[in-house]
Amino acid sequence: MKYEAVIGLEVHAQLSTDSKIFCGCSTGFGAEPNTQTCPVCSGMPGALPVMNRKALEYTVKSGLAMNCRISPLSIFARKNYFYPDLPKGYQISQYDKPICEHGHVDIVVDNAVRRIGITRIHMEEDAGKNLHETAPGYSIVDLNRACVPLMEIVSEPDMRTPREAAVYMKKIRTILRYLGVCDGNMEQGSLRCDANVSVRPVGRKEFGTRSELKNINSFRFVEKAIEYEIDRQIRLIESGGKVVQETRLWDAAAGRTYSMRGKEEAHDYRYFPDPDLVPIEVDAAWVDGIRGAMVELPDARRERFVSEFGLPEYDAEVLTAERSLAEWFESVARAGGAPKAASNWIMGDLMKLLNEDNRSIDDCPLKPAQLAAMLKLIDEGVISGKIAKTVFDEMYRTGRDAAEIVKEKGLVQISDESAIEDEIRRIVDASPKELERYRAGDVKLMGFFVGQVMKATKGKANPKVVNELLRKALEG
Amino acid sequence: MKLYEKNISECRDMLLGGEVSSVEITKSVLERIADVDGRLNAFITVSGEAAMVQAEAADRRRAGGERAPLLGIPLAIKDNICTQGVRTTCASKILGNFIPPYESTATARLAEQGYVMIGKTNMDEFAMGSSTENSAFGPSKNPWNTGCAPGGSSGGSAVAVAADECIAALGSDTGGSIRQPAAFCGVVGMKPTYGRVSRYGLVAFASSLDQIGPITKTVRDAAVLLGAIAGLDTHDSTCAAKPVACYEAAIGREIKGLKIGIPRQYFIEGMDSEVEASVKTAIAQLENLGAIPVEIEMPHTDYAVATYYLIATSEASSNLARFDGVRYGARVKGDDLIDMYRKTRSAGFGAEVKRRIMLGTYALSSGYYDAYYLKAQKVRTLIKRDFDMAFEQVDVIVCPTSPMPPFRIGDKIDDPLQMYLADIFTIALNLAGGPGISVPCGFTSGGLPIGLQLMGRPFDEETLFSAAHAYEQSAAWFLRKPEVAA
Repeated sequence: MKYEAVIGLEVHAQLSTDSKIFCGCSTGFGAEPNTQTCPVCSGMPGALPVMNRKALEYTVKSGLAMNCRISPLSIFARKNYFYPDLPKGYQISQYDKPICEHGHVDIVVDNAVRRIGITRIHMEEDAGKNLHETAPGYSIVDLNRACVPLMEIVSEPDMRTPREAAVYMKKIRTILRYLGVCDGNMEQGSLRCDANVSVRPVGRKEFGTRSELKNINSFRFVEKAIEYEIDRQIRLIESGGKVVQETRLWDAAAGRTYSMRGKEEAHDYRYFPDPDLVPIEVDAAWVDGIRGAMVELPDARRERFVSEFGLPEYDAEVLTAERSLAEWFESVARAGGAPKAASNWIMGDLMKLLNEDNRSIDDCPLKPAQLAAMLKLIDEGVISGKIAKTVFDEMYRTGRDAAEIVKEKGLVQISDESAIEDEIRRIVDASPKELERYRAGDVKLMGFFVGQVMKATKGKANPKVVNELLRKALEG
Repeated sequence: MKLYEKNISECRDMLLGGEVSSVEITKSVLERIADVDGRLNAFITVSGEAAMVQAEAADRRRAGGERAPLLGIPLAIKDNICTQGVRTTCASKILGNFIPPYESTATARLAEQGYVMIGKTNMDEFAMGSSTENSAFGPSKNPWNTGCAPGGSSGGSAVAVAADECIAALGSDTGGSIRQPAAFCGVVGMKPTYGRVSRYGLVAFASSLDQIGPITKTVRDAAVLLGAIAGLDTHDSTCAAKPVACYEAAIGREIKGLKIGIPRQYFIEGMDSEVEASVKTAIAQLENLGAIPVEIEMPHTDYAVATYYLIATSEASSNLARFDGVRYGARVKGDDLIDMYRKTRSAGFGAEVKRRIMLGTYALSSGYYDAYYLKAQKVRTLIKRDFDMAFEQVDVIVCPTSPMPPFRIGDKIDDPLQMYLADIFTIALNLAGGPGISVPCGFTSGGLPIGLQLMGRPFDEETLFSAAHAYEQSAAWFLRKPEVAA
């Protein structure tokens, strides 16, 4: 039997506000344990939460970017459970009245656009962290993370393959980074996801029983964990077993999922509206203001790169995946660099160099205007494309301008026909055998002659001129 | 007259006139506590040394020209209001060693004025009770008859005020916990409108009902004390931005033409006859002062107690989850995490607190939420509507504070339902959110105080102060003081 998977993701994104969601403590990563806490986020008796407006703004922004309806009234609820990293004994989250609902994002997989529904986006606070290794015999609790603002983005069960899930997750990350509301850093836990996975025979409408995979913290693991889980469920069904509803943990080291708790052990979280926080009323004019001030989103930008700069879809997709990369490219184009050439250089040489140095485009030693100027030198025939590679490397290494490097190293292209003709004559005279074979029809030897001329001119000869003059000389 | 017998406005006048120093008043109050508190048990913690230091500081500030109304006045604070560096127990074993690292907004505002924090008062554990018997530190005694309960849950504060162990006190009121003990102890107790006083630093019992308020010797003092603690606080989202009126200015206003509503549903069968007679006499007295009585209907009154015990316990079950032995308070070692939780909470909480946590957990649990919590919220809306409609007809609602006079210690402690009925007249107001005040309106034949409750429109504390003060001055019950043998 053929099966298809049904996948929905719950993405948890840390909002990049300076302070926590319900108190003024810093959200900075990596501080000494419990140095970023106060009576509120450590759950002292009598302390009360007050909502961070910035977190609300960021969530609304995200909702708008994902085509959600923004609820004029939403409510914080308490999710009650005991755990040492949860100082109040409940997590403040949203339950039946989330801030954003009914949205979607489009993803491109195998050249086809797939629309993935967004069920809801809600705000909540993070928990602290239990450390088990620091003190033998004890578990230590670090509350620096407690009360850090999170946004949970819940998708519809619209994905069918692990690949789609990974692309969707990447798309969410791209959008959030464009908006500047989440740094998307998966290693530091700023972005993580749970996946709901079930399988059903192809053609069947009803969903199969799902399992919820927790603890997925990289794009690679999204794909691997779901792949593993689909495979596990199919094998289970094929061997006559039944999938049970349960929560499973992804073990990245072992490359498998294992059962954490079944349906019977599921918590009764006893959600109820948090009486310490007033309902969030969102003013339509305020939302319109946010909408009006919204940055251009990746989809719109990709389309514009195709229509405005004539880039191929693929280039546009790659260049718009990161907002700063897209902006870097646009600066080159605006500074007069030919768009397609700029795209090639960025996607090729520049990305390669940046990757080698483990650098992001934000700390690229090269300025967009410098690449534009180099492209102009190529265009105007001052340097050849081949020489440009050397020039580009040097520019990247030193941060100096192309013109300066070209001048200093004498890399100016030789376009002077008489100078090139002299060289050609010399080479042709010195290679009578090759000439004979060429004239006998072995036209591939053209390459040999071009190579010889370029070698003699140290690569500086204008290849176009060389080709023209050589052909004339060889054909006599 | 001894210094400790004075009220806030008398102390203020004497301090301003240079007749007395804060140090002298504070010393007098501390001596009084030393004399009588062994018998009354109003205090869990008396901070004598710190109080003297504060009194000296207040005297210096006054010498420097400061004139804040509460500068140098010794006040007692209910032990569920966090005081930085001073143990705050909520009368619970689980917080028996808890010293807050921060100050509540209400007491921080008093501290700005330079008050003297004389000590932390006894209460029902986590404010759950109506007699102050549910205290890990033993019951407080009613100064009018030490065999009787002082009411609760702010019983310690009411006793301390009635027995002159402080000049005035703060309590908290979730279902009557300021007004009922004030009535039982023959003093004034005011529950402000929900959102009038910041709850930041008040250890939560039921967040949507809790309010801090004054317990004082006179209505005027209540106005002064409320004025000091009321107003917007950015640490409490539920605290109102409405400007705070000058409450003392409402003292002495005439009440001619004031419409007072007499709700039929608050004069129930089985109510104590002496209470009923006293309250009716008080209403007649208000009429003499020019008020116009109007019979009104509050049709959903019967549901108030049931509604309250679903909402309050639901919120409490969640609010008290933080007492888990992990970060502060008492911890009992266990074999593993769950065992530690279980042992800590079993040993740390008293019976009534456990009962309410269980009730609330049940009401919120999946499958029961709609039938209990949600239904209760709907009834709460109806009860609130009763008040809204009543206040279209009248300015103030008048009724007994409690259907019964002070009962004997031990009488009701084993019958929670009987105990819950002690708050039958005060609970509805917490559900509706408005302000209420209890003033003494007479004594039983056995010499036990009876309280009159006045309830007002949300954020109209002024009218309550005017009416209560007018009645208080004309009836003059405040002249009677309990005799507490040293």
